Amino acid sequence: MIAAVGVSVRVGGALLVDDVSLELGVGEVLVLVGPNGAGKSTLLGALAGDVAVAGGEAVLDGRGVGQWRAVEAARRRGVLVQQNSVSFPFDVRAVVEMGRAPWRGTDAEDEDEVAVASALADTGVEHLADRAYPTLSGGEQARVALARVLAQRTPVILLDEPTAALDVQHQELVLSLAHRHAGNGGGVLVVLHDLSLAAAHADRVAVLDRGKLVAIGPPAEVCTADLLSAVYRHPVEVFPHPRTGAPVVLPVRSREEQP
Amino acid sequence: MLFAVLVTALVVVSVVSAGAGQYGLPVSDVVRALLDKPLADPFAEGALWAVRFPRVVMSLLVGAVLGVCGALMQGSFGNPLAEPGVVGVSSGAAVGACLSIVFGWTFLGAFTVPGLAFAAGLVTTFSVYALSRSSGRTGTVSMILTGVAVNAVAGAVVALLMFIGDQAAREQIVFWQLGSVAGARWSYVWVALPLVAITALASLVVARRLDLLSLGDRQARHLGVDVERLRLVVICAVAIGVSAAVSYAGIISFVGLVVPHLVRMVVGPGHRVLVPASLLGGAVLLAAADLLARTAVRYADLPIGMVTALIGGPFFFWLLRRNRTKAGGWA
Repeated sequence: MIAAVGVSVRVGGALLVDDVSLELGVGEVLVLVGPNGAGKSTLLGALAGDVAVAGGEAVLDGRGVGQWRAVEAARRRGVLVQQNSVSFPFDVRAVVEMGRAPWRGTDAEDEDEVAVASALADTGVEHLADRAYPTLSGGEQARVALARVLAQRTPVILLDEPTAALDVQHQELVLSLAHRHAGNGGGVLVVLHDLSLAAAHADRVAVLDRGKLVAIGPPAEVCTADLLSAVYRHPVEVFPHPRTGAPVVLPVRSREEQP
Repeated sequence: MLFAVLVTALVVVSVVSAGAGQYGLPVSDVVRALLDKPLADPFAEGALWAVRFPRVVMSLLVGAVLGVCGALMQGSFGNPLAEPGVVGVSSGAAVGACLSIVFGWTFLGAFTVPGLAFAAGLVTTFSVYALSRSSGRTGTVSMILTGVAVNAVAGAVVALLMFIGDQAAREQIVFWQLGSVAGARWSYVWVALPLVAITALASLVVARRLDLLSLGDRQARHLGVDVERLRLVVICAVAIGVSAAVSYAGIISFVGLVVPHLVRMVVGPGHRVLVPASLLGGAVLLAAADLLARTAVRYADLPIGMVTALIGGPFFFWLLRRNRTKAGGWA
């Protein structure tokens, strides 16, 4: 659906993404993890067409992302970035309706109302529909921004830390929405910081470190104590969840000083 | 509903304004003249058609273009502080006007000052645009900062020209900068009208897409907006329209900033309504300001730019205070 083929990104002399290849498959939730500054958001930006690649290519549905007209790309992939401020006091419904903009003048315009209503309901922001976006809390804004991306109804969805501002309930909600989208034949690429969340929900996990892809595969294979400890430069413990068996990842916590 | 109110206000203000002045005429006479019926007093008819009507029409055109360009600028930069002057239109036009005043150029006849002001306004705006581009994209902040730098240079050039010029030139520059629609003639109106029409038309075409820019450039691009092209269209429209307005009327501050805010407080931030409503609102506001400028002090024609700023400033501040909580503040 969307793929990085040997992508490198250079910003001001620094190599932020170094020869990364990965592909998001149909029906898949692919989670991108890695320490701060590993290049996760930059890679997502390259796939979204925001960041110019220094080498390789980002490919969307068989063509380079830059070769699509903006509106054609917008009918194929939706993107949620980390910062989502809105300059003027639009109400929540208007913000979510903006997600329908790529479909203006097409047959899909008939779906507008349903798409907006179900996006509002799915993200649990229906009751906020008439509130002005700038008056919402950070977590509420994050869910409205996600609703906007869902309303766009694209096969591919790229999410950059969609759970950062959310409580436990809504973190799980976001990931279950990602799964539902993948189950309907879509594909979702998610950047996450919470390793247990990643291990529990990902079909595959990709681990980035200093711009390089160091591992990619099912959580059980990738989320090992050795690999994650090395990447995060902090001892990490991994053990199976007593009921589900999914890997639970926790940093080694001690009150004494680290070795 | 809002449009009905605005159109009514526009007609009322125009008719009253055409009748008012040192040589006062009843509203019924103005209406008769407009309906092409002869008036009893031929002098009154002459005054109406040669002086009052072109002046009223000019104030409507200038106000409309300033209002709509304010909405365009605020929308395309996603910034409630933006106004046409940000990209250097006004200060550039001032340089052009001052050049022709100080050096006494008259190669375009009566059109020399407005002609040069128009050209310099265009050139300045496009230099701001070109200078702020890097790797094919314009950042909002880099463009506004470039505008600040260019505005400073233009201000310095105007100061230098005033220093070089003689007493009479200085006086003319000062009055040009204060803004006025006093000298309006039909010939000026016919030149300005098509330029204003281009701006108005372009603004209506892009209005809907401006909503998406309030999400941010990246987000708008993700939703299929060709952000660079949209911004270029907006800047061309603003440059053409405001250069035309400024070149005839001088610098009229505040209309471009205030009108979109006033409209937004009534109808909300959606640009599909905001843009045309700002067009009408600007026209009404400036026609009213001109009426006030001509009639507030007997036998004096106050600079309209002074009137708009003097009344607009405190009024705007009061509105902001009142609406700050309701609008959720300005991010």
